[in-house]
Amino acid sequence: MYVAVKGGEKAIANAHRLLADKRRGARSVPAMTVEQIVEQLALAVDRVMAEGSLYDKELAALAIKQARGDLIEAIFLVRAFRTTLPRFGHSEPLDTGEMHIRRRISATFKDLPGGQLLGPTFDYTHRLIDFALAAEGETPEPVRSAPRGGAAPRVTDLLNAEGLLEVDEDGDGNVGDLTREPIDFPAGRDVRLQALARGDEGFLLALGYSTQRGYARTHPFAGEIRMGEVEVELFVEELGFAVTLGRLTVTECQMITQFTGSAKVPPQFSRGYGLTFGHSERKSMAMALVDRALRFEEFGEELTAPAQDQEFVLSHSDNVQATGFTEHLKLPHYVDFQAELELIRRMRREIAERAEKAANDADETRAEEAAE
Amino acid sequence: MAVAAIAPGFADPVFDAQKAFRTVMDAMAHPGRVHELQTALAPPAPLSPVAAAVLLTLADFETTLWLGETLTKTPAVADWLRFHTGTVLTEDPGEATFAAIADPMRLPPLGAFAQGTLDYPDRSTTLILQVETLDPSAGPTLEGPGIDGTARLLPAPLAETFWLEARRNADLFPRGVDFLLAAPGKIAALPRSTRIVEGD
Amino acid sequence: MTATSETWSYNFAYLDEQTKRMIRRAILKAIAIPGYQVPFASREMPMPYGWGTGGVQVTASILGPDDVLKVIDQGSDDTTNAVAIRGFFEKTAGVATTTATEEASVIQTRHRIPETPLSETQVLVYQVPIPEPMRYLEPREAETRKMHALQEYGLMHVKLYEDIARHGHIATTYAYPVKVSGRYVMDPSPTPKFDNPKMDNSPALQLFGAGREKRIYAVPPFTQVTSLDFEDHPFAVQTFEEPCALCAAEGVFLDEVVLDDRGGRMFVCSDTNHCEERRAAGHRGRLSGDPTKTEDASQGERP
Repeated sequence: MYVAVKGGEKAIANAHRLLADKRRGARSVPAMTVEQIVEQLALAVDRVMAEGSLYDKELAALAIKQARGDLIEAIFLVRAFRTTLPRFGHSEPLDTGEMHIRRRISATFKDLPGGQLLGPTFDYTHRLIDFALAAEGETPEPVRSAPRGGAAPRVTDLLNAEGLLEVDEDGDGNVGDLTREPIDFPAGRDVRLQALARGDEGFLLALGYSTQRGYARTHPFAGEIRMGEVEVELFVEELGFAVTLGRLTVTECQMITQFTGSAKVPPQFSRGYGLTFGHSERKSMAMALVDRALRFEEFGEELTAPAQDQEFVLSHSDNVQATGFTEHLKLPHYVDFQAELELIRRMRREIAERAEKAANDADETRAEEAAE
Repeated sequence: MAVAAIAPGFADPVFDAQKAFRTVMDAMAHPGRVHELQTALAPPAPLSPVAAAVLLTLADFETTLWLGETLTKTPAVADWLRFHTGTVLTEDPGEATFAAIADPMRLPPLGAFAQGTLDYPDRSTTLILQVETLDPSAGPTLEGPGIDGTARLLPAPLAETFWLEARRNADLFPRGVDFLLAAPGKIAALPRSTRIVEGD
Repeated sequence: MTATSETWSYNFAYLDEQTKRMIRRAILKAIAIPGYQVPFASREMPMPYGWGTGGVQVTASILGPDDVLKVIDQGSDDTTNAVAIRGFFEKTAGVATTTATEEASVIQTRHRIPETPLSETQVLVYQVPIPEPMRYLEPREAETRKMHALQEYGLMHVKLYEDIARHGHIATTYAYPVKVSGRYVMDPSPTPKFDNPKMDNSPALQLFGAGREKRIYAVPPFTQVTSLDFEDHPFAVQTFEEPCALCAAEGVFLDEVVLDDRGGRMFVCSDTNHCEERRAAGHRGRLSGDPTKTEDASQGERP
């Protein structure tokens, strides 16, 4: 006798219990605290906040812990939580020109007002495994110096003053939000930038990289990358002015790219823009490259590469969507498979029957010929 | 606007809205069929309790609402709707997600409302029309999706030109407006997909 | 820190009221324009995209405390995803659930339509992975939207005809495209084409939710749903050579179960509730009886 598979509910509960056990790992090792993750896996926390579209370090850290370090899973947890939060309004645009800078570099000028500030960077480190870290020794305090003082205008503002860079037009104040309205293709730059900011770092990195290798080449220069704290302000109708809600760490990248000019516009530089929560240079740079590539029509360029194709980029950049749909292949599909199975068997049978019939016909013909 | 002067909305915003929605959904799924919709709402007149229930269920800060002439005459109506739904009032019926009309004799030409586009036929106005009676045994014969064979519906009062306009509206399919007809304690729907085949 | 450290309380059926209103508006448009895919601002749900987020959002938006919910996946109430989604609504909405098709007021499904005919008081909510029937032929939304607007469905027919030219018949077995009320070509979700005729003129309201693709569409009750075909190659559903091995049902969709590694297999109802009810009513298939008799297939009783 055959008994249909039952007990899915219990199996699921047991699987989740086992997951919790594996998450905790050996009980002889102290459990990791959320604070430790916030402090010591800060870049992982930043990525989860950026792609989770929610600035909350503790929440992101908790998600990382719950996800056993699987960052896309952690992003997913943060996104699902974000859904349930009420929306009070939207902030004023962040003024990154007023950023409290912790790192700022420009590849296009040797020195510039406000200076180059390396800040905390992996750049120029030798990627040698540091076995001293395993020994958990003390880390020396950093060297601190007094702030250099003076303003640090954005490199793009400096170029703008000479008219060498395309001017970023002020929008009409209506900024799209793809979490509140489905994307309507072709999407405006506001929605595209939002999608890129939430997009998967790896996917955007690969797309940005592809533009450097000739797939929609735009001759980019890292005009400026700056990282630091900016204030978030909310305009309060009742008060008639904006109040500061708090500070965020963001990384901004302004990629300066070539534009050969057109009949109407003399040659000038164009730009690609990247902005992420937290400290994430790779992501913001990749975002800036892709943003520029997606603007090909504005500059009269040909559509030749995936990074320029907004339906392709925007429909596939979200790792929560991508992971869900890829992993849904794990769900049972036996009904559809059964339908396909039936078809394949039938088609094979038909082919076999045709072949047999052809062979029989040939035999008969031969037999007839032989009889003559 | 004094908050104290505003009449209350749904006693239970979650379940009252759910109940009203299911009734409206059933109505939309069965064009012409008259559904009971009981509500304890007491909105400022001439907004009817049933029309008010529909708006509280469906309108919010992401929608725009156009009010017919009779409703705009009493500012308390707009105040009440704004307070409870946060909906954005518009004077342009062509921009309205919803339109509420208390006096069906003074219904503007349907072409004035958003008709949707062939690409996005959903971007059209849903009209909430207050009527006094809904008679399923009289009126024109209706056919189409949601109707098992044929149905009939006679809302009253209605302007003389209503059925002619409604027929033209159906001809626009998939563009066109949808109607929710709100009578006291009752509701029926006439979506654009319904064909008005004979009589009036 | 945020509210995560406290007990976080979610709204009835998880979604906040604003989200429900947005989805409810989309549902009404979908019903008014049968077969047209209404864009909606799908939310990030606590289950992965591709695992029923669209269906879950539709169900959450229509569900009330008096509803009785049934959730199936592949026709079964007991598959892992069906169990998880049913559990989600038990937890967040506290609604009654059932496995009996006729007891349910709302049925959420993935890949099947129950064998028991549905009634006017029921709503069937489909989980849809790719709502656009022409997506595999034309990947661009901007293009397919135009085709729907202009009713240019030639591409779809060309695809089906190419099948005929190559294989002698249409080789689409599931997610078989349909035309709704003579206007929109619609993806019925990846149900086997066996289920397509059940959609036609069904007394139940059929709602389709695609979360990742952010689309909701509907087939109202008593609406004509035609499977695309050609005069010389009319639409036909799958047939099975043997009845269900457990309940002896015929004319139902069967799952193939591999019994051993020597090619032994059996066919059983994909709709587990239908199968259980038949067995409870005394119907017996060839493998449902005494295990000692299973080797002799001829002893299976037929209704």
